[in-house]
Amino acid sequence: MLELKNISFRVDEKTILEDIDLTVKDHFVAITGPNGSGKSTLLKIIMGLVRPSTGRVYLNGEDITELSVSQRANKGISFAFQQPVRFKGLRVKDLLELAGGRRQDAPACFARGCDILSEVGLCAKDYMERELDATLSGGEMKRIEIAMAAARGAKLTLFDEPEAGIDLWSFQSLIRVFENLYRSTSGTIMIISHQERILDIADKIVYLKDGKIAEYDDGKKVMEHLALAVRPPCCKAAGTAVRCAGGETR
Amino acid sequence: MDAIQKKLLKEVAALDALPQGAYNIRANGAGAARHTTAAIDIVTKTDKQGIDIVIKDGTKGQSVHIPVIISQSGLKEVVYNDFFIGKDCDVTIVAGCGISNCGGLDSRHDGVHSFFVGRGSKVRYIEKHYGEGSGRGKRLMDPTTVIKLEEGAVMELETAQLGGIDDTLRTTKAALAENSSLIIHDKILTAGEQRATAQMEVALNGKGSSCDLISRGVARGSSYQEVIIKLDGNAPCKGHAACDSIIMDKGVIVATPQLKAGNADAALIHEAAIGKIAGEQLLKLMTLGLSEKEAEEMIIRGFLQ
Repeated sequence: MLELKNISFRVDEKTILEDIDLTVKDHFVAITGPNGSGKSTLLKIIMGLVRPSTGRVYLNGEDITELSVSQRANKGISFAFQQPVRFKGLRVKDLLELAGGRRQDAPACFARGCDILSEVGLCAKDYMERELDATLSGGEMKRIEIAMAAARGAKLTLFDEPEAGIDLWSFQSLIRVFENLYRSTSGTIMIISHQERILDIADKIVYLKDGKIAEYDDGKKVMEHLALAVRPPCCKAAGTAVRCAGGETR
Repeated sequence: MDAIQKKLLKEVAALDALPQGAYNIRANGAGAARHTTAAIDIVTKTDKQGIDIVIKDGTKGQSVHIPVIISQSGLKEVVYNDFFIGKDCDVTIVAGCGISNCGGLDSRHDGVHSFFVGRGSKVRYIEKHYGEGSGRGKRLMDPTTVIKLEEGAVMELETAQLGGIDDTLRTTKAALAENSSLIIHDKILTAGEQRATAQMEVALNGKGSSCDLISRGVARGSSYQEVIIKLDGNAPCKGHAACDSIIMDKGVIVATPQLKAGNADAALIHEAAIGKIAGEQLLKLMTLGLSEKEAEEMIIRGFLQ
């Protein structure tokens, strides 16, 4: 169980997050909201990538606010970046094996990495030896980032807009990755998304607005409330939550 | 061969035992072991220190190992090794030098390697430098590599110096004839007060010749690295040089590219980048459970892989 108590984050007098209290017990929690509402900052605070100005973070009752990123990772938190990081010289295989945990023997680790690459729609034979450098496209990097999170198999996995930049891969496949991850870990997945098809399957949805939790409830209820908002006919796009000029996600 | 010499041999040539094929092992200034084959002859020079390695036309799938190891403090030598590679060969040559210096005197090995690669031949050349030892005496190397590629010849150089050498000036000069190709992968890691300079000059003299030169360096501590790369395009040719460096602590890296196009159809490109390890790279690996130090090591290991 994850608990955030009185979390605030300010930069140069600007408040990004304010008094966030959140308890996460469910398996699949989606975070949505307008651009600049503090979604990514919230996930980064949970992972320890950003230090909150005030407040505490608890994991299974333990205060982890002062723990480093590595310590949190080793306590069972995993993070998939919105913008995957590139490395000269390190191969897909290297990071998948690291993500999979060096506790396994090499052949088993390699086989598991191959399976996971297939799950995200990449042929292991073509990709395992590839360097994670500029020769990979943004979409390929994104899939590999998701594969790493899946390989890590953490009790709490945080995804920052995993669907962004993946054009040709079906959402059904992405959702299958989440399902497999849940099945293997019985843990929690928190995911920032604007996609209705992802929000639709969430147990709970956190709706962030202006750095505050505007709504946190069962996924269906939050979706109904969001759907009740006025949606201009010109903004109807099948399967896609629409970001209107005012910044609202509809 | 004692334990120190065996360890040096393993470091520079990945050898646990005598290799297959032709070899010449030089230890503490003298020949320690030699083997020749019907296709590869090794002859001791009579006018100066060194050997001639003569590879017959059409030799394929064979290798030559010529490692040099020094464990005697204070030993200094200049050794000339000339490689005469016939036509239509496909061979691998493994060289390298390891110095263990536990004494108070400087030890030095300057190897001058000249390659004459015949028409249509393919050569893979691996050279590794390694130093160790707790003595006050320095471990010094100034290797020189001179390459002449005849028409259609291809040579791949993999050179590495991953620590332990106090001061080095590495010089590589290559001249390429028509349709010949040279690939250089150079990697270097310096630490402490070490200094390393690499001068690489490639003259693309023949029509259709090409060169791809990739240099990667990591400077730690207060070490100093300088990389000078010159590509001369004297004919319709393609030349590419990429110089990537990671700087850490108080290290200094100077990269000096020079392109000279002496022909309107010479396509020459140089890329150079020097920077510290990106914070986001460290954070990514830390989210996978590594400590900051472990993440740093993994990034450097990959970078120099």
